[in-house]
Amino acid sequence: MCLSIPSRVVKIDKDINMATVDTMGVQRDASLDLMVEDDIKIGDYVLLHIGFVMNKIDEEDALASIDTYKEIIELMNEEDRQKAILEDDEYPNRGA
Amino acid sequence: MSLELKNLYDDFRDGETIKAFAKIINEDSKKLKSPINIMEVCGGHTHTIMKYGIPQLLPKNIKFIHGPGCPVCIMPKERIDHAYVLSMHENVILVTLGDMIKVPGSNGSLQDARAKGADVRFVYSPLDCIKIAKENPNSKLIFFAIGFETTTPMTAALLDTVIKRDIKNIFFHINHVTVPEVMKELIDSRDVHVDSYNNKIDAFLGPSHVSVISGSKIYEEFPRDYNRPVVVAGFEPVDVMQAISMIVKQFIENRCELEVEYKRLVNYDGNIKAQDLINKYFEKADLFKWRGLGNIVNSGLKLKEVYKDYDAEIIYKDVLPLEEIEDHKLCICGDILRGMANPPECTIFGTACKPTTPIGSCMVSSEGSCAAYYKYGNLI
Ligand code: SF4
Repeated sequence: MCLSIPSRVVKIDKDINMATVDTMGVQRDASLDLMVEDDIKIGDYVLLHIGFVMNKIDEEDALASIDTYKEIIELMNEEDRQKAILEDDEYPNRGA
Repeated sequence: MSLELKNLYDDFRDGETIKAFAKIINEDSKKLKSPINIMEVCGGHTHTIMKYGIPQLLPKNIKFIHGPGCPVCIMPKERIDHAYVLSMHENVILVTLGDMIKVPGSNGSLQDARAKGADVRFVYSPLDCIKIAKENPNSKLIFFAIGFETTTPMTAALLDTVIKRDIKNIFFHINHVTVPEVMKELIDSRDVHVDSYNNKIDAFLGPSHVSVISGSKIYEEFPRDYNRPVVVAGFEPVDVMQAISMIVKQFIENRCELEVEYKRLVNYDGNIKAQDLINKYFEKADLFKWRGLGNIVNSGLKLKEVYKDYDAEIIYKDVLPLEEIEDHKLCICGDILRGMANPPECTIFGTACKPTTPIGSCMVSSEGSCAAYYKYGNLI
């Protein structure tokens, strides 16, 4: 029950302080009672938990993490390539 | 690139990234002076760790100790018996969340109560109570509120609405608990046993969504006063791997700090509006009895005195049972919740006790360690 789901805000009804959010194609309503007024806008990514928006997802930060991951993978691949070349150098006659 | 929902799901579960972190962790682990045991406090993390087979990716000198952070698992039978008795009361609709209805109490579970005619309902959100109460004006709806800091503000928001709309037939049975107190208890109580179990908690993986609400500030004392690093981690497998890597780096660089891996959602202060709602309606209870762990001082919440008219524990005081109840004698949930044993060490794990016929609460909730081992155990 602790699992909370990232979703995107598609509609806001100010009168009842509810948002309609999209969770990978599924739409549902969520209360904005835990959020400061006007803090949530259409298009924001939010975390949904038992019918409430718990917080806004920091887009920049999410993107920065994803970028870091890509760099790490790139670095690893580079290391692997280097290693392969070094190993190859040790066996100059291989394939001959 | 702009963020898409797909990124939040796929990129934080990406197999290549998980492998890359596994490699970094394995390299770094060679520099560790001694093995480290990391407690993941939260049941959601236990689930991720088991589902993605994370222990298999780690070197021998890094181990997980599964923590007590599953709201259903830590609910003592006494409290379930309260819910059972209330649900059997005339004109009462008992409403709760999650897997709570399956947890066995001493008379049976809430599911059993329902089979005997009680009106027990499971809702997705506490706000669903409003509709149910409206449709049943002659009944009293009792919301059996469970959960850590993550779900407490939602209960407070429900009470806020009940008061503002002057709804007369919604009441609360509060079972909210707090994370830092149980973390302290686990360190304090375990140090006595450390040598015999050889699985001292060296660092904590901080809960994801508790921290969204409370902020990382609630863990400050652990690196400072208890010499335990804390890294607050998100729920996805990449989050968990990155957080482990951050913990290992702290050890090899001789640091002991509070860090946040889950920066896209957690900051130092947390959600202040949610905290204000909690503080408006709740105060610390002197004690809360945790299943398997016993009484922990200041670890539970109760409604403030001024809201006693909404407090089912006060209103129904005369009918609620008070006696202490022991757990099944073969069930070792207590040791599991303390991180001193693993589920397969229980003699009835997977035989007499399985998800369809749970004996202890760790087998009931999908976030419970026993259930996670049962479901994903072939990975170990
Ligand atoms: S397997 Fe069942 S009885 Fe054994 S510790 Fe887990 S929940 Fe308790």
